[in-house]
Amino acid sequence: MTSKLQQLYKTFSLQELRKGMGVTGRQFFNKKTTIMYPEEKTPKSPRFRGLHALRRYPNGEERCIACKLCEAVCPALAITIDSEEREDGTRRTTRYDIDLFKCIYCGFCEEACPVDSIVLTDIHEFHMEENEERLIDKKRLLELGDKYEADIAAARKQDAPYR
Amino acid sequence: MIYDTFLLFTGWLPESVQTISWIVIKILAIIAPLMICVAYFTFAERKVIGYFQTRVGPNRVGPKGWLQPIADAVKLMFKELVIPARSNRYLFLFAPVLSLAPALAAWAVIPFSDTLVLANIDAGLLYILALTSMGVYGVILAGWASNSKYAFLGSMRSAAQIVAYEIAMGFALVGVLMVAGSLNLHQIVTRQSGGFWEWYWLPLLPLMLVYFISGVAETNRSPFDVAEGESEIVAGFHVEYSGMGFAVFFLAEYANIILIGALMVLMFFGGWLPPVEIAPLTLLPGLFWFGMKTFIVCFLFLWLRATFPRYRYDQIMRLGWKVLIPVTLVWIVVIGLGKFYTPIGFIFS
Repeated sequence: MTSKLQQLYKTFSLQELRKGMGVTGRQFFNKKTTIMYPEEKTPKSPRFRGLHALRRYPNGEERCIACKLCEAVCPALAITIDSEEREDGTRRTTRYDIDLFKCIYCGFCEEACPVDSIVLTDIHEFHMEENEERLIDKKRLLELGDKYEADIAAARKQDAPYR
Repeated sequence: MIYDTFLLFTGWLPESVQTISWIVIKILAIIAPLMICVAYFTFAERKVIGYFQTRVGPNRVGPKGWLQPIADAVKLMFKELVIPARSNRYLFLFAPVLSLAPALAAWAVIPFSDTLVLANIDAGLLYILALTSMGVYGVILAGWASNSKYAFLGSMRSAAQIVAYEIAMGFALVGVLMVAGSLNLHQIVTRQSGGFWEWYWLPLLPLMLVYFISGVAETNRSPFDVAEGESEIVAGFHVEYSGMGFAVFFLAEYANIILIGALMVLMFFGGWLPPVEIAPLTLLPGLFWFGMKTFIVCFLFLWLRATFPRYRYDQIMRLGWKVLIPVTLVWIVVIGLGKFYTPIGFIFS
């Protein structure tokens, strides 16, 4: 009998509802967790796989030796390489195209590369306005590598003990 | 006084034109601020729900997001109005109007302050009840005219729910009418004068709760929002509406919420009266108190939405028919007996 009355009291005093509203009411005054994206950014892992770049040695010589391992390992067939012998007898690429629409950003090319030439930078905010722009060529890749070399090297160094 | 100024400017016009333009001015004076309130209520909803979910809500359009409702309105106005094939074209276009019109017309009798009321009619409460029950036709017509099974199912659910809760709502207002002894909204409020403890929420506490819950159900708000459901019936009765048709339904929904809030304040929370009748508080205009109280009730609507999961459909029906209606009936009898047959009858007056 008393339990029945207690139950009735509980129902009609809206006890549970008030409790629930208390929980959400507290959240109302909590610190907000939103990150204002273009102004604020979340930290990125050094292993982040974003836009590609071709690196150079510190003396300015391009690292890529046109071994085509990246081309072979690429599961999406996004990489196209042509190579030729240079005047000094070394083998170099004459063409290094990446189709960004085909690329799945798996990072296999970076893993396959014996000279750490092709890398995936942590740039993820890029866009194209023309269809042709999806193909990035050797020139552009080297430019990207030159521009972000400091970041690329720092990320590789940070991750080195775990590789 | 304002009317005199009006006559000063329009004195040269024929009398019929004067009358009509004066009526139009009065309509605009209520509808325009109301529409702004509705627009900013949608913004407040997104912002408040965001805060309850530890987000910040929209803050990109204009300073702190304050132009968001204007951006939304402009977007909806420029969208194409799609009329579904083999739908009933006229009813399809008429339904949103039928839904919005009662929600706006009901404001004619709402006393915003002691002197500020468009039509101080004696049967104000009855008028409100009559008009708010009209809104359901817009919903039914929209669902039927769309020629879509989702819209039809949504409108059926919504109509059954509104009809069920209309009764409890009406009975709750009968309690108010018994205690106040008047159907005139102005008198209902003045009978509550004397401060916080004289307001009707205290002697009519169960009816107040019933009215509020029915109000939430009546406007198809969470946790009674089964009229829409993404996984089963998409957006409910207004799935097929786009552009301004959708916007009008949206306006009607929010105008109804604010109306329920305003009625709640008039019936149970002393309308434009300050909570304590002492000097600094009584000096503030009645419109301020009315607005504040309405805002608090509307905020409760948002708080409920942010807190509770939705009811199962049969539970909604059970709550409406088997809980709320008996509660109101019992309390009406308690009021009647208490008022006339017990020495403590004064608490019910």
